Amino acid sequence: MEKTVKAELILENGMKFKANAFGRIKETVGEVVFTTGMTGYQETLTDPSFAGQIVVMTYPLIGNYGINLDDMESSRPFLKGFIVREKCDMPSNWRCEMDLDGFLKQHKVMGLEGIDTRALTRVLRQKGTMKGIITTRVDDLTPSQIKQKFDTYTNEFAVKEVTIDEKYVINGKGTHLAVLDCGIKRGILRDLNKRGCKLTVFPAFTDAQEMLECKPDAVFLGNGPGNPKDIPTVIQTVKKLIDSGIPVLGICLGHQLISLALSCNTKRLKFGHHGGNHPVKDLKTGRVYITSQNHNFVVCDLSDDVEASFINVNDGSIEGIRHKTKPVYSVQFHPEASPGPLDTQSLFDRFLKIIEEVK
Amino acid sequence: MPKDISIKKVLVIGSGPIVIGQAAEFDYSGTQAVQSLKEEGVEVVLVNSNPATIMTDIGMAHYTYIEPLTIDFIEKVIAKERPDSIIAGMGGQTGLNLSCELYDRGILDKYNVRVIGTSIDSIKEGEDRDSFKRLMERTNQPIVESEIITDIEDGLAFAQNIGYPVIIRPAYTLGGTGGGIAENEDEFRQICSQGLHLSRVGQVLVEKSIKGWKEIEFEVMRDGAGNCITVCSMENVDPVGVHTGDSIVVAPAQTLSDREYQMLRSAAINIINSIEIKGGCNVQFALDPNSYNYAVIEINPRVSRSSALASKATGYPIAKVAAKIALGYNLDEIKNAVTEKTFACFEPTIDYVVLKFPRWPFDKFFAAKRTLGTKMMATGEVMSIGTSFESALLKGIRSLEIGQYGLERASSKKRDLEELKKRVQFPDDERLFDLAEMLRRNYRVEKLCQITGMDPFFVNKIKGLVDTEEWIKTLSIDELDESHLRYLKKKGFSDKALAKFLNCTPPDVYNLRKKFNIMPVYKMVDTCAGEFEAVTPYYYSTYDEENELKPSNKKKVMVIGSGPIRIGQGIEFDYCSVHSIMALKRAGIETIIVNNNPETVSTDFDTSDKLFFEPLTEEDVLNIVEQEKPDGVILQFGGQTAIKLANFFDEMNIPIYGTKPEQIDAAEDREKFDELLESLGIRRPKGKGVWSVEEGVKVANELKFPVLVRPSYVLGGQGMEITYNEKQLIKYLSEAFGKDSKNPVLIDRYLGGREIEVDAICDGTDVFIPGIMEHLERAGVHSGDSISIYPPQNISDDMKSQIMDVTKKIALALKVIGMINIQFIEFKGELNIIEVNPRSSRTVPYISKVTGVGVIDLATKVMLGSKLSDLGYGTGIGEESKVIAVKVPVFSTEKLPQVEVSLGPEMRSTGEVLGVGYSLENALYKGFIAAGMTIPRAGSAIVATIRKHDQESFVEIAKRFDRLGCKFLATSGTAKVLNNSGMHVQTVKKISEGVPNILDIIRSGVIDLIVDIPEKGNNIKSDGFKIRRTAVESKVTLITSLDTLNALIDVMEKNINQDELKIFDIAKDLK
Repeated sequence: MEKTVKAELILENGMKFKANAFGRIKETVGEVVFTTGMTGYQETLTDPSFAGQIVVMTYPLIGNYGINLDDMESSRPFLKGFIVREKCDMPSNWRCEMDLDGFLKQHKVMGLEGIDTRALTRVLRQKGTMKGIITTRVDDLTPSQIKQKFDTYTNEFAVKEVTIDEKYVINGKGTHLAVLDCGIKRGILRDLNKRGCKLTVFPAFTDAQEMLECKPDAVFLGNGPGNPKDIPTVIQTVKKLIDSGIPVLGICLGHQLISLALSCNTKRLKFGHHGGNHPVKDLKTGRVYITSQNHNFVVCDLSDDVEASFINVNDGSIEGIRHKTKPVYSVQFHPEASPGPLDTQSLFDRFLKIIEEVK
Repeated sequence: MPKDISIKKVLVIGSGPIVIGQAAEFDYSGTQAVQSLKEEGVEVVLVNSNPATIMTDIGMAHYTYIEPLTIDFIEKVIAKERPDSIIAGMGGQTGLNLSCELYDRGILDKYNVRVIGTSIDSIKEGEDRDSFKRLMERTNQPIVESEIITDIEDGLAFAQNIGYPVIIRPAYTLGGTGGGIAENEDEFRQICSQGLHLSRVGQVLVEKSIKGWKEIEFEVMRDGAGNCITVCSMENVDPVGVHTGDSIVVAPAQTLSDREYQMLRSAAINIINSIEIKGGCNVQFALDPNSYNYAVIEINPRVSRSSALASKATGYPIAKVAAKIALGYNLDEIKNAVTEKTFACFEPTIDYVVLKFPRWPFDKFFAAKRTLGTKMMATGEVMSIGTSFESALLKGIRSLEIGQYGLERASSKKRDLEELKKRVQFPDDERLFDLAEMLRRNYRVEKLCQITGMDPFFVNKIKGLVDTEEWIKTLSIDELDESHLRYLKKKGFSDKALAKFLNCTPPDVYNLRKKFNIMPVYKMVDTCAGEFEAVTPYYYSTYDEENELKPSNKKKVMVIGSGPIRIGQGIEFDYCSVHSIMALKRAGIETIIVNNNPETVSTDFDTSDKLFFEPLTEEDVLNIVEQEKPDGVILQFGGQTAIKLANFFDEMNIPIYGTKPEQIDAAEDREKFDELLESLGIRRPKGKGVWSVEEGVKVANELKFPVLVRPSYVLGGQGMEITYNEKQLIKYLSEAFGKDSKNPVLIDRYLGGREIEVDAICDGTDVFIPGIMEHLERAGVHSGDSISIYPPQNISDDMKSQIMDVTKKIALALKVIGMINIQFIEFKGELNIIEVNPRSSRTVPYISKVTGVGVIDLATKVMLGSKLSDLGYGTGIGEESKVIAVKVPVFSTEKLPQVEVSLGPEMRSTGEVLGVGYSLENALYKGFIAAGMTIPRAGSAIVATIRKHDQESFVEIAKRFDRLGCKFLATSGTAKVLNNSGMHVQTVKKISEGVPNILDIIRSGVIDLIVDIPEKGNNIKSDGFKIRRTAVESKVTLITSLDTLNALIDVMEKNINQDELKIFDIAKDLK
């Protein structure tokens, strides 16, 4: 038996899960969510949408193929904690460059290993997403300390944390997109660039005018963390962009921002959709696709200008919208996958076609 | 699209007898499909030759024909039942091939039967090697450099071109039969000629060897609208080179990054989309461990062994969903039966590790060449579920019932490092243990990975377990504190393994666990990793925090299953377990099943109220009992696997329904049993245990030759022989004592009489025999390998009443409650008893079907306290049917190199078929055909080699063949005898006499029948052995018993016109 540092996860409802710490050992507070993907832990770790959250992997063996520098979805992890049943200390893959523990240490992420992750998942499913603390002060925190930690936790500024400081350009010979980076995954940029797109990527809080100045063919809004209603200025920006008549396309948080800008509403899901096995139905064709998803909020109460394009087969929630008259189109799921199934890759072509039609 | 309402009556073809490469998984998938079709109000017609299956039960399909799976017989069924549709992919490769042939020959067109589900064109695209290659080119999928050849010389040129080693795969064969890896020209010639011969279309594929690449499989579903999902990925722990059926397989894939995983998943979906699969499909990949390079190895456009595994591993019922798709439904219209909320159009995600471990028959076939390759050799498999790779592996090992509870294996320990190194490079059934032994001796992980091609992920895990085993050895039980013990249990170590390493007893460990309250919890298999609430009562154990098991307060009974399919313990026992559960359910009792075989109906989560997928060991079963607290346990239906738990349960005061353990013991212990028979005045062949050659000779002379000899310490007829004279006996005894002088050899008088078998039900007062079975072959042939006939044809009424009388005496004396199986020999008008099994037997499904008596239902009710008289039965024998039904054994020996094929006291068959007719000859004709035999025609060429003391009896039979115009070829001895009796026999050279010898003649394909009656089996070096092996490998009909030969000539003399043979719906026509 190896030497270990004891640690525990304390949930808002008082439940505790005791196990061992790994990675960077430092107390952390976050919103606890689970993801059901069986591969792609590295993409999950580096997906900025998880900023402020403690992520539980439902698959028990994590780290099997290690970490490599090619599969990063952003420059670093933004999540607050990472919970696994069993981490792999002897990873094996031809591209493996680091192990999980080393990677978390390097990026100062607290890990927790060895809890009954299924039990935790079932708690989250039943009670909904909760805040949690991972601490090595096992049975040591007083109720008031715990309360204080939960009370001071906020994820309101998550987008600010994950966005970039300055705009930059990824060259391409085709369609020019102005991309608003609220924590966009590299996978999205890669898929657009692969199709020839020139991408001018702006920090999240750039105003509409500045974006339009680069004379893009369309605006693209990617994924990102937190509650879309926490960034009303961005919603206003999107509204302006849509009003300008330029095509506006979005994925995930981008989809939620577009919907809010079009007077639809968003609400929090009980425990979110996180994983690579979610079926969505294209309402036009009736075809069902297996998609990668990662969201806690969902679009609802569609305004009259908007119609649903995709719905989730499991819970019927809205997975995509289109504006009835304007070139505005967005989806909740992740066609770029990374991680997850590549079945909806053609959506990027659909995006580009919408832009073409306007041109 | 909703259901296609024009589909009203569907034909389902089963997979026939259990053979290596096609086992119980198709009973599982077929049963699921039949039920799924019935649910939709569609009428189902079923044809399957295998009577031991659940799917062929009365009441399962609407119309059930247990008839030979040949085009002619299936056409008869179609003509009679006029189904409007056929579903092709439910009966394994057999069902698929037959469907293609029915289509090719225009039979489907003739009767207006359309193919639903995956179309024949799609099937052919995936199955035919040539079109598969074109398909791969069209979909831009890489394949291994290969060429289809129909001629050896062309193949040689190609092999030279791509370089050795090359793999040879015949088209359209089961489990890769006839394939292999050739390292050079000689091997190429040999494997290629065999492959060409075995392929239905005379084609083989020659391809470049990619030995050492990872082997990854995906199970994919697609509906008519083009919606696709993957159910599960699987990774072979053994890399490419070992048949996936012989590999340890883990699900989901463990060593792939998301990029690699999605690359292969997308490829699988592209392929099935492009050939428009409607249903399930299996796609196998090879993946270079050092790049993104991959190759598609093959696809199976049907349910398969892997799809059964994927279904059990995830809870996603592939066959059921495939049947619904065939009826026109789309995936998003089919409910997920596990959650009852979501739909079948999603991908299962799992939060545990599943491991499949093959079960090989080498404990029975100890002389077999055990090297694993591209031809499958396992007869069955176990599946285990754990929350870590280690715990799943250890569960898998102990589920195998090979006396192994950890990675330390006695035979591996004896080998030196050099030998171990050699062995792990040419994998056999002991590779895992050899590899562990090398790690134990500090052999480097990196090097081991290099020489075996196994991924370091797996080897490191094994290394971790070995290190832990060594660490435990340094401890004593007193030093083991709570955290240590919990850690070890969490890792997956059983009490028995811990006890061995700690030098204490399993109860010591158990008591310590009790003290520390270290008990397993049960988690649910729910298809969704806990994301949705599930209603499936499907559980596995793990040492963790939350227990999801909620035992009810209802009356409940636990049924112990029979584990992996192996020689001697096959699908029949799953049939019994499932029927017992159905009987219990009908009685309103909650049912719990424990089993570890992913291929079976019993492990379908729909079968019982609760399913525990667990090893069938004392500890694992006790853990469930302690939590579920059933009112009692039923052991009689799980074969020897369940029965051997009887004493343990008794000690633990767990109530056992039916016959009590001490009575079971009285039947199984030779001495106690002898005493019992003596006291009842029942005759059995005289016998004695002897300790020396001299004593043996003396005893044998007292008993009179021939005598049956066997070592006392082995079970299941191993090493058993009949010796006819002193010389043979001395040879046997000297060898036996040479190997082991510490145990006696048992000598019994051999009675070469008629073997008779009964399965009876006893309630403590009355004893009911549904029907008496007569064996066609005389005693000396294992009962599982002889042809059974019902109703008996040669047993007098007086003998029948004696059988009833003796059965009753024994059943009552043993206080049997439930099932008892007795085997008799009628010798010179006297009834002798040779074996008693106080449990359900292999013949129960057969006798249930042919007599129409619900044997298991009755037995279960009796075990719960009902009386036969209240159930409408009393003491006596059931009324005999007018229809004759024979059970014919089926062998897989052609797939097992160097295994003896002649009939003898050791059981060798893997499956069985039924033949039904109004006359014995008609029934036998069908039985022979169903078993795959080509019945020789008049004028056939026959090779005969007959042992000396049978030559005289053979002459009489030979004359009958002669009268049918058959020509004999024989080696000098037999030829002389036949010539002397006035027949014209062509003498051929013995093997030692140069070429062309007898083997060359057999291989040349001019021979229709080989009769080889061996002096003694299992002698690899003898001519007879080689002749028999050549016969089965060349697919020439082989007969090794004069009794079978007699039956064959009886059938041939009748000159049966197949067109006139009636087919029987077992529900209506067997009365």
